[in-house]
Amino acid sequence: MEPLLRVEDLRLYFRTTKGIVQAVDGVSFELAPRTAMVVVGESGCGKSSLAKAILRLLPRNTHTYSGKIFLDGTDVMALNDEQFRREVRWKRISYVAQAAMNALNPVIKVGTQVAEPLFIHNNLTKSEAVNRVVEAFQLVGVPVDFVDRYPFELSGGMRQRVVIAMALITSPQLVILDEPTSALDVLTQANIMNSLKRIREELELTYILITHDISTSSELALDAMVMYAGQIVELGKAGHFFLEPLHPYSQKLMASVPTLREDKDLEFIPGQPPSLINPPTGCRFAPRCPKRFTTCEKEPPMVEYKDGRKIKCHLYV
Amino acid sequence: MQDQVLISVRNLHKWFELRKWGFIHVGFVRAVDGVDFDIRHGEAVTFVGESGCGKSTLARTILGLYQPTKGEILFQGKKLQKLGRWYRAQVGYIQQDPYGALPPFMNVRRILLEPMVINRRGTRTERERRIREVLEEVKLTPVEDFIGKFPHMLSGGQQQRVVIARSIVLNPKLLVADEPVSMLDASVRVEILQLLRGVQEAHQLGVAYITHDLSTVRYFSERIFVMYAAKLVEKAPVKELISNPLHPYTQALLDAIPDPDPENAHKFKEVPPGEPPSLLNPPPGCRFHPRCKHLIEGLCDQEVPPEFEVKPGHYVSCWLYK
Repeated sequence: MEPLLRVEDLRLYFRTTKGIVQAVDGVSFELAPRTAMVVVGESGCGKSSLAKAILRLLPRNTHTYSGKIFLDGTDVMALNDEQFRREVRWKRISYVAQAAMNALNPVIKVGTQVAEPLFIHNNLTKSEAVNRVVEAFQLVGVPVDFVDRYPFELSGGMRQRVVIAMALITSPQLVILDEPTSALDVLTQANIMNSLKRIREELELTYILITHDISTSSELALDAMVMYAGQIVELGKAGHFFLEPLHPYSQKLMASVPTLREDKDLEFIPGQPPSLINPPTGCRFAPRCPKRFTTCEKEPPMVEYKDGRKIKCHLYV
Repeated sequence: MQDQVLISVRNLHKWFELRKWGFIHVGFVRAVDGVDFDIRHGEAVTFVGESGCGKSTLARTILGLYQPTKGEILFQGKKLQKLGRWYRAQVGYIQQDPYGALPPFMNVRRILLEPMVINRRGTRTERERRIREVLEEVKLTPVEDFIGKFPHMLSGGQQQRVVIARSIVLNPKLLVADEPVSMLDASVRVEILQLLRGVQEAHQLGVAYITHDLSTVRYFSERIFVMYAAKLVEKAPVKELISNPLHPYTQALLDAIPDPDPENAHKFKEVPPGEPPSLLNPPPGCRFHPRCKHLIEGLCDQEVPPEFEVKPGHYVSCWLYK
């Protein structure tokens, strides 16, 4: 099947007073339509920067932004910023930013805020827009009369649903969700995950879910990507990853996930993730890796394992 | 020692008055509404509940930061009239957000010295020795590298270690930890929980651990108290509660927690409808009845369920177990 999104050697570096931060460093992957991929890793490993690089939401201190991104066959990197804004961002790829539910404008009714992309992208009249908002609210499970409410009148779970409605209103193909449930309670979290699952099936959407909560991510994940220090270290089907992680970092990460029903000893990963200003040469995980050997001083290649997974580790060469 | 009750809370209420324009009485927010429990010496208990169920207010009342509206707190058998400075030195507090809890203009030495100065403990050399002792205990070693640093120079995990060091510097008997790891990364989380467990066991401290994340609880405590809408609905030992939850709310809460299993992506979870009630006008009878699928009409929606002891040590406030 033709992939919906193909990313090749994507790089995003930032300029800071201390040096150049290599937040996304040579990331390549393909995403089939109607799938859901989770991106996991510790904080500061470049997960959110990857989302911003795909959406071309670049801060002013961007140093390098290179690579290729193909969306449904079109080369979006060839578009200029204005074309990208008009044709791609929010129209074909939309975004639920981290803690977006706290970024709703407190003095504008939520219905109006959700309709805003329609005025900008679809040139709809007010009444048409209102109808679309009502549809979107029904889809995400917000009572329809909430269109006239202000954000402070809504609970956290409802605000998060409103933000998701905002991402769906322009009928995009791809939705990037950055920690959509991390600030919510367990029951609300389960509720929103149910809705996201149902919406993906109904609208045939594709998701990229960025999270550090591996247990919750398993609710949506069909594919999984593990990032470490700006690079992909493991990429493949979620089923393989959850049951038998291969990269030593993925194994450590899975061992640190607390489980409710299963009795296991929790482990933690000693040491700190490396600075992205001067990442270690060779394998970036080597300084913390329990299975390190001499070859690890050299940059590991991306190896394809027998079940189709890609792993960046010398152990599987 | 192990079986002695350290702190005993009886029928505790904490209501906040709500006023309109500053003087018209509107009502009370019943943040804690009739709570009873005991914590024994050297025992860690966990309070779980959703945000807004009153668990942080309960923590702050136990700490003596709020005066209870009604009810009493007995500490080592003594009834406390006023939760004063002596009592507060017996209770350590571990805050949720380590960065917000540490004053940015104090270095680690000063942060750890402050409680001893306020409580007039020890001489200058004794204080210095104690600071080094606690830093070693929370594994911020070598001590010399950390003692002069300011909070912003430390990582999140290290900041939380400083907070833990500060909470034990006065040798308290009870620790109150309000979501101590929710701001930290998953891999650091485990490290901090294990450290806290080590400290608790080494000093035989009583710990009240407050969280909404049930999945970390089993690694940390002996008993779980489930809180819903300002009341404790179920109290049981950890293993018993996880394998045999009795209250419909506890059952829903446990069902909602996923384990990392690829099968999850193909099925939907059953979640009770609605949202937790407002604490300004809580529903009559059992507070969970509007969301409960086992509702007994005429009973659950009218009378407040008392606490039933279903098995030794397993208490539940639900009419199903009458």
